[in-house]
Amino acid sequence: MTDPATFMTAPDGEGRFGNFGGRFVPEALMPACVELEEAFRSAWSDPTFVDEYHRVLREFAGRPTPITPLERLSDKLGVQLFAKREDLAHTGSHKINNVIGQTLLTRRMGKHRVIAETGAGQHGVATATAAARLGLTCTVYMGEVDTVRQALNVFRMELLGATVVPVTSGSKTLKDAVNEAMREWVTCVDDTHYCIGSVMGPHPFPWMVREFQSIIGHEAAHQMDELGVGTPAAVVACVGGGSNAAGIFAGFANTRARLIGVEAAGGAAVVGGSPGVLHGMRSLLIQDEFGQIKEAHSISAGLDYPGIGPEHAHLAEIGRAEYFPIGDEDVLDALALLSETEGIIPALESAHAVAWIAREAGHLLPTGSTVLLNLSGRGDKDVAQVRAMMTEQS
Amino acid sequence: MKVVERDLRAIRDAGRKVLVGYFMGGVTPDWTDHVEAAILAGVDAVEIGIPFSDPMMDGIVIQQAALRALDRGTTVDSVCADLERLRHTVPLLAMTYYNVFHHYGLERSAGLLATSGLSGTIVPDLPLEEATPWRTACDEHGLATVFLVAPSTTPERVRRLAEATEGFAYATARMAVTGRSSGTGDGERVVASIRLVSSVPTYIGIGITTGEQAQAAATVSDGVIVGSALVQVILDGGGPRGIEDLVRTFRTAIDRGTESVA
Repeated sequence: MTDPATFMTAPDGEGRFGNFGGRFVPEALMPACVELEEAFRSAWSDPTFVDEYHRVLREFAGRPTPITPLERLSDKLGVQLFAKREDLAHTGSHKINNVIGQTLLTRRMGKHRVIAETGAGQHGVATATAAARLGLTCTVYMGEVDTVRQALNVFRMELLGATVVPVTSGSKTLKDAVNEAMREWVTCVDDTHYCIGSVMGPHPFPWMVREFQSIIGHEAAHQMDELGVGTPAAVVACVGGGSNAAGIFAGFANTRARLIGVEAAGGAAVVGGSPGVLHGMRSLLIQDEFGQIKEAHSISAGLDYPGIGPEHAHLAEIGRAEYFPIGDEDVLDALALLSETEGIIPALESAHAVAWIAREAGHLLPTGSTVLLNLSGRGDKDVAQVRAMMTEQS
Repeated sequence: MKVVERDLRAIRDAGRKVLVGYFMGGVTPDWTDHVEAAILAGVDAVEIGIPFSDPMMDGIVIQQAALRALDRGTTVDSVCADLERLRHTVPLLAMTYYNVFHHYGLERSAGLLATSGLSGTIVPDLPLEEATPWRTACDEHGLATVFLVAPSTTPERVRRLAEATEGFAYATARMAVTGRSSGTGDGERVVASIRLVSSVPTYIGIGITTGEQAQAAATVSDGVIVGSALVQVILDGGGPRGIEDLVRTFRTAIDRGTESVA
């Protein structure tokens, strides 16, 4: 293996992680991407900016989030299971870490408006929240299908003063919301920042978002040491675009921990995808034989994305992280399992990671091994949908 | 210099403004009849769109055309095969998103385009910094690679893009996707920035929907590119006849502009 200290460092000069990443955007957006890269580099090496980012996460977003030993579930599964509780962060998921960083950067760049795409609505709610805090105008693009699946989150965003634009093009889900946000960004790039919600898009977004999310992994590594557990044998996180996984992996990339990403079976870009170019990046995508992007299908709107962040594609290619699919049918069981045994209702996205652990305990996860689960979000937003599906099943 | 640029420079040397029309390959079974009608009515070059599922630079008109073409099973192979039906021809340039060529294979794509009679390509989501592999493949098959210059492009980038582009420089008049807003916008300023550093023919596109706009754009450039306005006629069922009428309107307008200047 390569020198372990080399994993999850900055991308190269072209914004590449190995063979993936880059900057595939229309000429009209190139200057904005270059400007953003410069602004991020400058901010991230400026102690004043970094201090404010940490202060806001502490005072406003509720960080650090705790690590909870999942004792009853550990007994049941025969592994020593710990959960990093991003579900307890303000707005109910890890998304807040990224938007606090990006909105502070927006203000630093002298822009007064943010636009964002959202799938499940978590990133949209987080962006609307962070924008409200700084008095930025906020417009969120959301697939029409998702505005129905996640109607409450639409209302939340509106309460927070954001405008939600339903996207009716293409498959009317997350990938089309990204297309529409990009189209809008071209028209208003002078005064508007595109606050991308995951470790995807053109350089510097995949790197920048990972940096803003890496607080999850750095906190967790410190907390695992404090608990006297040290480095876990495995770190497990769900992956759509992959921001919560990238965040927690960043704290363990240069340790001996196995890094496990769990994809929705209907949107498994690593397992079922091939290299391609979409949304400004070269990565692994689900596409047909002519390079047309396929629609992802998942029980969770947040994982309905036909690609994955380029750094994950790289980590998969070099074998530093492993990615596995989980089907919808296992997700509801896992959600019920965590709820009943631990008193925590996870988001459907996070329940994918729980499902994989439940399935692989005693198999890929040896009995007695320590496992750190990134519990990326809480299930409140999904309860109505879960109720309907459970009623349908019974 | 690639063949297509020599041809396009010759048109300028003859004192004529260039009219480029965009058509979505495979949008209807008889789509090449629309291209044929446009050629007979006076377009000097045609952009042949190859549909992509996620056209990030396109507004609703071209998005709809792409979806319709994809629903009909259109592929890069079928578009190229259909081109054999064209009886008259002008320089043809393939326009699509990079993933289509990336997935089909760069070398294989360039070879297919060249043998199908295309003489260049425009790939709006492939910026200069990422374009080397595609330019290499195109060079091997004599295809020109056209680059876009936007109102936001910095002077330093204008210089590099003007140096790299082949055939012509595509000056985008607005900070907008295709077909969404109309007017000549910043076209004149973008053209001027290119002319400052290069003699490559420069055409204004994005937002040209009427004869008046085309005339205004043509007087400050070497030509105009019309896309969504033509595609809309096809989506509305206007047929080759509708295309012929609209192309004549644009042709007359830009030719009149030339006379008044002369």
